[in-house]
Amino acid sequence: MNDILTIIGMVLMLIGGIFLFLGGLGIFRMPDTYNRLQAGTKATTLGGMSVILSIGFLEPGWFVKTLVLVIFIAFSNPISSHALARANYKRGNKPFLKGGPEYDQYREVYEKKEENTEKVKEEETA
Amino acid sequence: MLNIIIYITLGFMFTGIFFSTLRFVLGPTAADRTVALDTLTTIAMALLVMLSFISNRFIYIDIALVYGVLGFIGVLVIARYLEGAL
Repeated sequence: MNDILTIIGMVLMLIGGIFLFLGGLGIFRMPDTYNRLQAGTKATTLGGMSVILSIGFLEPGWFVKTLVLVIFIAFSNPISSHALARANYKRGNKPFLKGGPEYDQYREVYEKKEENTEKVKEEETA
Repeated sequence: MLNIIIYITLGFMFTGIFFSTLRFVLGPTAADRTVALDTLTTIAMALLVMLSFISNRFIYIDIALVYGVLGFIGVLVIARYLEGAL
């Protein structure tokens, strides 16, 4: 039983290390902020979760605490990446598009939302 | 066998930290630097948990949790500031 847990832990640790390395490499190589977000956040989510879970398998007494950490990463990493992407778009940093600007499908939604907020502000002042 | 796996994983993680730090230093805009900071936080959390296994101390897992919470809040605050809402 203990041998099986050790083997699972070693495999998970190796997978996690490879994914953390790929996340760092993607952050360095990608051409655009959105691509960097994609590479950096998703790869490191999987990598960090498997490295932390592998420690839980290697040392079964710590399993519950490592599970808490894994759940925390699963909640916090997507939220922070979403907030960063939204802030980057609102800042006016347009994505790198191969087909041209008409492929930016978020733009219409965003402009409509901006018009609505401006209307509400005008009504409030008037 | 476990020792070799730990060494290989640490090598991968430090290479990832090296590339992220390079992007953190070079990055053209502030958003790029914040993305690199987010990645560095997650890698550092995994590294702290590895440290707790290597040195056999339970307390470092708590430190990793606190570090993760603080890094998360920091990234959210920086994103809010870049939006212009702060």
